[in-house]
Amino acid sequence: MSETIALIDFGAGNLHSVHNALVAAGAGKVTVTADPEEVARADRIILPGVGAFGACRDALGAIDGMVAAMEKRVRAEGVAFLGICVGMQMLADKGIEFGEHEGLGWIGGTVRAIEPASDDIKIPHMGWNDVTPTEGHDLLEPGEAYYLHGYHFDAANQAEILAKTSHGVPLVSAVGRDNIVGVQFHPEKSQAYGLAFLNRFLEWKP
Amino acid sequence: MTVRIRVIPCLDVANGRVVKGVNFVDLQDAGDPVEQAQAYDAAGADELCFLDITASHENRDTIIDVVRRTAEVCFMPVTVGGGVRTADDARALLMAGADKVAVNSAAVSRPEVVSDIATRFGSQCMVASIDARQIEPGRWEIFTHGGRTPTGIDALEHAVRMAELGAGELLVTSMDRDGTRDGYDLDLTRTIADAVSIPVVASGGVGNLDHLVDGVTRGHANAVLAASIFHFGQHTIADAHTALRAANLPARR
Repeated sequence: MSETIALIDFGAGNLHSVHNALVAAGAGKVTVTADPEEVARADRIILPGVGAFGACRDALGAIDGMVAAMEKRVRAEGVAFLGICVGMQMLADKGIEFGEHEGLGWIGGTVRAIEPASDDIKIPHMGWNDVTPTEGHDLLEPGEAYYLHGYHFDAANQAEILAKTSHGVPLVSAVGRDNIVGVQFHPEKSQAYGLAFLNRFLEWKP
Repeated sequence: MTVRIRVIPCLDVANGRVVKGVNFVDLQDAGDPVEQAQAYDAAGADELCFLDITASHENRDTIIDVVRRTAEVCFMPVTVGGGVRTADDARALLMAGADKVAVNSAAVSRPEVVSDIATRFGSQCMVASIDARQIEPGRWEIFTHGGRTPTGIDALEHAVRMAELGAGELLVTSMDRDGTRDGYDLDLTRTIADAVSIPVVASGGVGNLDHLVDGVTRGHANAVLAASIFHFGQHTIADAHTALRAANLPARR
């Protein structure tokens, strides 16, 4: 029996692009869902997200039972989880963007505005930049991926930083632990690099 | 390294068909924007820009359908401009798979649309498109309706205001240079780029690869947009990346 892949639908702007990219990367059937029961029995779970931290967190929290289903399936039962962009940022303890908002608290840290190191560093961090893995990880290969963000994941625990990039200042490119991975870049917009990354996620056995 | 200089081909689309489009590859249907977008995706374009030049606003579904079909087969960032008047127009494009929307005339007549879009969907997707003509040395004025209608608004003041209202990027087009192949208006590009803290895309007038390099080194742009030098096979995206790297600028390999 083939795996079920749940792509959580809370109205994120990149939902369809992520869906398209997963299919192109070799996913059989992707269930785009706002149903906690489907998430609670999925074999792999993907959380997209673009825009503001608070708006995404509120939209996710507004789906009755969704966060509880994610907690159970990902943290208690250990299925593979991928967060993308704000879907990655929401793993933090909190986000400071138009006020302070509570995150999921799965990966220690705070999401805060990127402080440009000099006047010629433009914010948002927009465009292709390095993915530099900190140590070996099954999913993360060195390469170039597309970033589009003005806020960054300030991770509390160095061991949970899986990859870095640089925009005048060092920035976290990926975080994770055990069966959980979050990436700041957009695999769904990173051409061959992104599709290869998603393919590795689909094959991943954490 | 650092974030790469982006090379952005721009396709003009009218009523769902490409105007003056790509002919550097064999295409089944040379007017199909999706097929042309795929050619640029395969060529390694850093982003793609669709400019919808359809005259009537009643035809929004056509460009939305183009974006949706493009997002099914292209895995690069796409900006869509032309006819975006409200936050709901922006939402429809973003949900169809656009990553950014460019707002032009509406941002002149009703600047609050910029903050509406930035607040609802984030600054990262809100591109303010600025069409300007020089009126005296060191001064430029905003023009709308394809560069035909003067507004009396100073381009630098407008650019700064767009950034203050929450735009995440400025697409700066010299209407004096557009279509001339004489190169970007570097003074215009640099004057605006140096005044704002958000990325600036240089646009209008590219005739060769040196113009792309100049846009960054002398115009201080973060991204370079061009149309005809790519569409007609004069240069590839890889040529553009190579030229940028040869000038010691960061570009993709």
